[in-house]
Amino acid sequence: MATDTLDSAGPAKVPGPSGDKGAGRAPGALRLLRDNGALGALVILVVALSLLSGDFLTTQNLLNVGVQAAVTAILAFGVTFVIVSAGIDLSVGSVAALSATVLAWTATDAGLPVWLSVVLAVGTGIACGLVSGALVSYGRLPSFVATLAMLSVGRGLALVISQGSPIAFPESVSVLGDTVGGWLPVPVLVMAAMAVVTAVILNRTFSGRAMYAIGGNEEAARLSGIRVKRQKLVVYALSGGFAAVAGIVLASRLVSAQPQAAAGYELDAIAAVVIGGASLSGGVGKASGTLIGALILAVLRNGLNLLSVSAFWQQVVIGVVIALAVLQDTLRRRTA
Amino acid sequence: MKTPVTPDGRRAPAGGELLRMEGVRKVFPGTVALDRVDFDLRRGEVHVLLGENGAGKSTLIKMLSGAHRPDAGRILVDGEPVRIGSAQDAERLGIATIYQEFNLVPGLSVAENIFLGRQPRRFGLVDRRRMNADAAALLQRVGVDVDPRTPVAELGIARLQMVEIAKALSLDARVLIMDEPTAVLTTGEVDKLFRIVRRLREDGVGVVFITHHLEEIAALGDRVTVLRDGRSVAEVPAGTDQDELVRLMVGRSIEQQFPRERAGAGEPLLRVTGLTRRGHFDDVSFEVRAGEVVGLAGLVGAGRTEVARAVFGADPYDSGTVEVLGRRLPRHDVGAALDAGLGLVPEDRKGQGLVLDAPVHENLGLVTLRRATRAGLVDRAGQRRAAGLMAEQLRVRMAGPDQHVRTLSGGNQQKVVIGKWLLADARVLILDEPTRGIDVGAKVEIYQLVNRLTASGHAVLMISSDLPEVLGMSDRVLVMSQGRIAGELPHREATQDAVMALAVKETEGSRGH
Ligand SMILES: Nc1ncnc2c1ncn2[C@@H]1O[C@H](COP(=O)(O)OP(=O)(O)OP(=O)(O)O)[C@@H](O)[C@H]1O
Ligand SMILES: [Mg+2]
Repeated sequence: MATDTLDSAGPAKVPGPSGDKGAGRAPGALRLLRDNGALGALVILVVALSLLSGDFLTTQNLLNVGVQAAVTAILAFGVTFVIVSAGIDLSVGSVAALSATVLAWTATDAGLPVWLSVVLAVGTGIACGLVSGALVSYGRLPSFVATLAMLSVGRGLALVISQGSPIAFPESVSVLGDTVGGWLPVPVLVMAAMAVVTAVILNRTFSGRAMYAIGGNEEAARLSGIRVKRQKLVVYALSGGFAAVAGIVLASRLVSAQPQAAAGYELDAIAAVVIGGASLSGGVGKASGTLIGALILAVLRNGLNLLSVSAFWQQVVIGVVIALAVLQDTLRRRTA
Repeated sequence: MKTPVTPDGRRAPAGGELLRMEGVRKVFPGTVALDRVDFDLRRGEVHVLLGENGAGKSTLIKMLSGAHRPDAGRILVDGEPVRIGSAQDAERLGIATIYQEFNLVPGLSVAENIFLGRQPRRFGLVDRRRMNADAAALLQRVGVDVDPRTPVAELGIARLQMVEIAKALSLDARVLIMDEPTAVLTTGEVDKLFRIVRRLREDGVGVVFITHHLEEIAALGDRVTVLRDGRSVAEVPAGTDQDELVRLMVGRSIEQQFPRERAGAGEPLLRVTGLTRRGHFDDVSFEVRAGEVVGLAGLVGAGRTEVARAVFGADPYDSGTVEVLGRRLPRHDVGAALDAGLGLVPEDRKGQGLVLDAPVHENLGLVTLRRATRAGLVDRAGQRRAAGLMAEQLRVRMAGPDQHVRTLSGGNQQKVVIGKWLLADARVLILDEPTRGIDVGAKVEIYQLVNRLTASGHAVLMISSDLPEVLGMSDRVLVMSQGRIAGELPHREATQDAVMALAVKETEGSRGH
């Protein structure tokens, strides 16, 4: 199940002679649900929360959920590239904080023009990714180890640069935390744009297709002429770049770059990818799934808040939901 | 009906029925793999299963090994209906299986793989010394020269196959199922295997044997059941002549098994000079010219695959040069080799050739992916179309191009690996065991595609453990022995005996060119 298109085309073309009742004949919406387990979970959550809380299904609250989901989703899109190619990236939270810090510091303390600061911030994220990628492909470190190191280095550098305290974010960038037309939050727009970019990269570009091949069977990919090491650099660089964007969006919302921001977000990002149907053993995953995964996490947090569930219990519930979401997905695949 | 001797008389009368399958049916999404198939196995016989790629042979035996459950029909062992729901059930019933695809854990040693889950224990701990000794004895019995402590990841496929055989033998089963055990073995190993199987048969073991090598049927078998499109179409004695077997199997007869057509060789495309990798091969030199098929023969372990991989850049080498069209290739760089016009169909389709959990069309398009990229975007529709045509040409039997390669039959998987490289249109194509597991009809089609390649000025270097194939298709045969080229034979002089004589030759001081 490498792409969106295949998922929906596959069962429809093959009339199941096994008499799997009604398969392939289900109407579009139902088929979409059946083919994407995470979407089903999201729908169930939304319906349940709408019934439980009158405040849930309002435009304002849903946009709120979107804003809450945005940072996780953007981080998770980057991590999707890594997971599809059978790696893992633990450093995205730290890299996000480091990039935002670089932006704030260069724009305010060093007085660079804001556009240059933004370029430097994104460049920082990409550079961090390239270092992780080089450690993985040329240093042959397991991705877990390389990015664990980067997690620590990135956070440390953010603290060094900021000397441990928040730096005010330049105003022209902080608009990223605002709304357009007075109602549509910019983070939601950025999330949507990044979702499209991710989908295009995964489905249509050489690097994207190479990620699936590498994640599915690295040796077969190598012997098919795919330059695996170089592609891995691309993968981690993309993850770092996406982390930088997420860091900038987060800092705009907070109107300051905080060196301790986004700590632990890498786990949310990984959870979103996995809930979205990607396999940690590689070769499977898609942008739409990751988006749904991030939305599930945000909806859940938001709903639990609305229902005034204590923060302690929220953690328990979220853990259970992650396990259930992935469980039903694997069960569905096995019976398919 | 012959009556095999049971020396110790430990089992009930030879020739008695061991197991029977009645009206079994198995359906996969998009495919009826088996329908109303009857099959039975007696004590002390070798029952051959014959059929085209995708006919349902592997599916049938997987119902005996506990990997699949029939959707209809029943299975009887010793006349009692049984339910075989798992590998453990099969083992309890005395059924051991050698699957077509290897099931070994790469990181573990040969001995650990053989005794996986059944390691001999002492005081609760694995008794390594005994395990290694037992494994060594088994390996000696199958006649393969490997240290039981070697990690399985370091073995080539012929040795992997021998380890699988040793593992199955260690179970001491009453029913032994072998799914294409000879697909990658050379004559020497096949002979050893046959000796072992004959001895088991004398002991009253029932053997189910799957092969695409027709000459093996008369040599080893007692009865043959022919499957076609998931139905059993005939049960005939193993002595039935080969043409008749082919006709039963594919529904038509095959005129010429090796349709070799060559226009004559042109300029040299690939030149290898003094290639050496210590411990693997030594001072290998040869040339492959446009329009020519060069065979690379030799015993397992002679270094054929190692040379092919080094030439293609998949492995490094210590000294020597590889030139394609006069340009020297960098060492250990697959991308450069590919750009220069080299291609390699690797011997191990599962480990090196396929992304098993990706669709057929994506696997077919893997090598051409870069070429199909314009302005950063892959022309996926074009890729799909090209893959569809190739799948049709090779008659890949599948529910549709979106079927995952993992669920194709073994022979059809092999066709996908070959198809991927045919699409790549490499000037020099190295084929390592290209027809492994491919049925007689489809082999001829692949040979015809090879003809078409050479006719258009491409060149082919072919490695195969199937000697008749090498002899039938090559214009020249290079014979390797112990990491060196022991000699070269032109097509006219290349006979089995001549090749074997070179293959076992002590190569001391007899350098290739
Ligand atoms: N898990 C599966 N899911 C879907 N289809 C399957 C699955 N396993 C087998 N098939 C299909 O069932 C058919 C029979 O396959 P099988 O592996 O039994 O063939 P075979 O006779 O062993 O062929 P070969 O000679 O190539 O090994 C094929 O068309 C194959 O694609
Ligand atoms: Mg098979």
